[in-house]
Amino acid sequence: MADRPVPPAPAGAVADEALPGAWRARYDARRGPGHRAAEGMRVYGLVVGMWVRSTMAYRASFAMTALGNLAATALDFVTIVLMFGRVHALGGFTLPEVGFLYGTAGTAFGLADLFLGSMDRLGRRVRDGTLDALLLRPAPVLAQVAADKFALRRLGRIVQGLAVLGWSLARVDVHWTWWRAAMVPGMVVCGGIIFCAVFTAGAAFQFVAQDAAEVQNSVTYGGNTMLQYPPGIFARELVRGVTFVVPLAFVNWLPALRVLGEPDPLGLPGWLDFASPLVAALCCALAAAAWRTGLRAYRSTGS
Amino acid sequence: MPSTDIVIELDGVEKVFDVRRRVGLLRRERHEVRAVDGISFTVPRGEVVGYIGPNGAGKSTTIKMLTGILTPSAGRVRVDGIDPSRDRTRLARRIGVVFGQRTTLWWDLPLKDSYELVRRMYRVPDAVYARNLDACVELLELGPLLEVPVRQLSLGQRMRGDITAALLHDPEVLYLDEPTIGLDVVSKTRVREFLRDFNAERGTTVLLTTHDLTDIETLCRRVMVIDHGRVVHDGDLAGLHAVGRSERTLVADFARELPPVELPGARCVRVEGPRQSFAFPAGESAAPLVAALAAHHPLVDLSIREPAIEDVIARMYAAPAPAAG
Repeated sequence: MADRPVPPAPAGAVADEALPGAWRARYDARRGPGHRAAEGMRVYGLVVGMWVRSTMAYRASFAMTALGNLAATALDFVTIVLMFGRVHALGGFTLPEVGFLYGTAGTAFGLADLFLGSMDRLGRRVRDGTLDALLLRPAPVLAQVAADKFALRRLGRIVQGLAVLGWSLARVDVHWTWWRAAMVPGMVVCGGIIFCAVFTAGAAFQFVAQDAAEVQNSVTYGGNTMLQYPPGIFARELVRGVTFVVPLAFVNWLPALRVLGEPDPLGLPGWLDFASPLVAALCCALAAAAWRTGLRAYRSTGS
Repeated sequence: MPSTDIVIELDGVEKVFDVRRRVGLLRRERHEVRAVDGISFTVPRGEVVGYIGPNGAGKSTTIKMLTGILTPSAGRVRVDGIDPSRDRTRLARRIGVVFGQRTTLWWDLPLKDSYELVRRMYRVPDAVYARNLDACVELLELGPLLEVPVRQLSLGQRMRGDITAALLHDPEVLYLDEPTIGLDVVSKTRVREFLRDFNAERGTTVLLTTHDLTDIETLCRRVMVIDHGRVVHDGDLAGLHAVGRSERTLVADFARELPPVELPGARCVRVEGPRQSFAFPAGESAAPLVAALAAHHPLVDLSIREPAIEDVIARMYAAPAPAAG
């Protein structure tokens, strides 16, 4: 019934224009998934912009936290460098090669963390009932949850990841062809999307289990740390897990093995090294379905 | 003819929650809670309706179904012609919601930024936004508070801020869930007067839940009482008194202490020295009682107390079967 277009207004149409709220009519025609996605992006941008402005009201404070963030993540790579003071290779990887893994995983994760990093707060919102406020707004809940408390300081991780990546690219012993070169930004983008899907699926799970934020963090933050090291140093079962269960191996491991010309410890078919965009799309579809299921469960059971 | 069309429509609406309770270490027991158990009513445009009942009666659940937060288990809900649970975002442009217990504003932002965000999110035209904001800021005296982050506002200030945010986009329907809870007397009065004037001026339909029956007396011509998920009364306040068999109290001061006076049509409920109190049905006239007292006893002073509505409702809840009609 509600889907039916509004019938042409009868004689009183002119008077109706003067009614409060008459201005709304022109937005009612915009419907369908395309408009929904566009509206989601628009509202995400609005809320993010507001948080950025509100952060920038205290520039000095922002500069300090951003620098602190950068320094903390920078030290993270320094420990790896120090480790290579003692050993020459780790799981068959040289320092620049580990830097390549580190840089791609760190940048991809940093992007997802910047865009959707606030989503692990969903469980708390479900528990204390503040999610209801988002359901009262004319915008997709996912966009509102993702944009909530957008933290620009998380740029620090991306900057550091890109710096390590740049440093390693200058040093890895790779015969650069066009497809190898294209795989590097591909890894960062697809990896970022895969991490975004993991963030979303984790948040969806929090509709059911409100304390699941730590489980999600172990997959996202833990997964990121894992991807910074060569797959050869981990137990095979673990590597299988991040290939087939939570497909983080497609963020950088499998494509990086191809770029660097290293053997795959699992001996998987070679075409999988190029499957990251496909896996990213699949992850998004699954995460979206999980999100819709979670939200539907919330709306039919309450908090 | 905007006064005759129906804005809110519920038909046989139910909401059943599946509650899982832990029994023992791992076993869980499931049982159903019928929070809303077959509610039907309609609200014409421009009406202010009080929706009252004890805690857990199903008030908030009803409001959540009317806003699209919750999906009904059964029945039909329409708000301004829209099915709230299916078309939540379209409905959201047409309703304003204020929860007394928690803010819908952005906790860390100044009020002004929150309002600006609402404007852009709802795509409110500049002229409409300016008109609504100016009116609210003036009437609710928000001027000095616009730059203050929400978390630093007092409860009364925050409530006024929330009401403003709910009205910026010209809502057709305004839901108020306990809008005066926890406010001091001055703030309560200000909020009530604002809502009354706003409704009179704009004709916005208002559905209000409250525990403070002065809210109802000031604002609502129609009051609905809900208990155990059902509507047990739907009518005006006077009708509620009749259904609740509420009693008025006649307080008589005599010249000297007397034994409890027998008065036909009333009963003596209290004796304090020379003062005696008599309860009689709220629907009856006090005149014959006063005449009888004055004729037979040395009367000094008289006063009549109206029933406390809390008691009226408590009596209704105590009544075994809903005698509404």
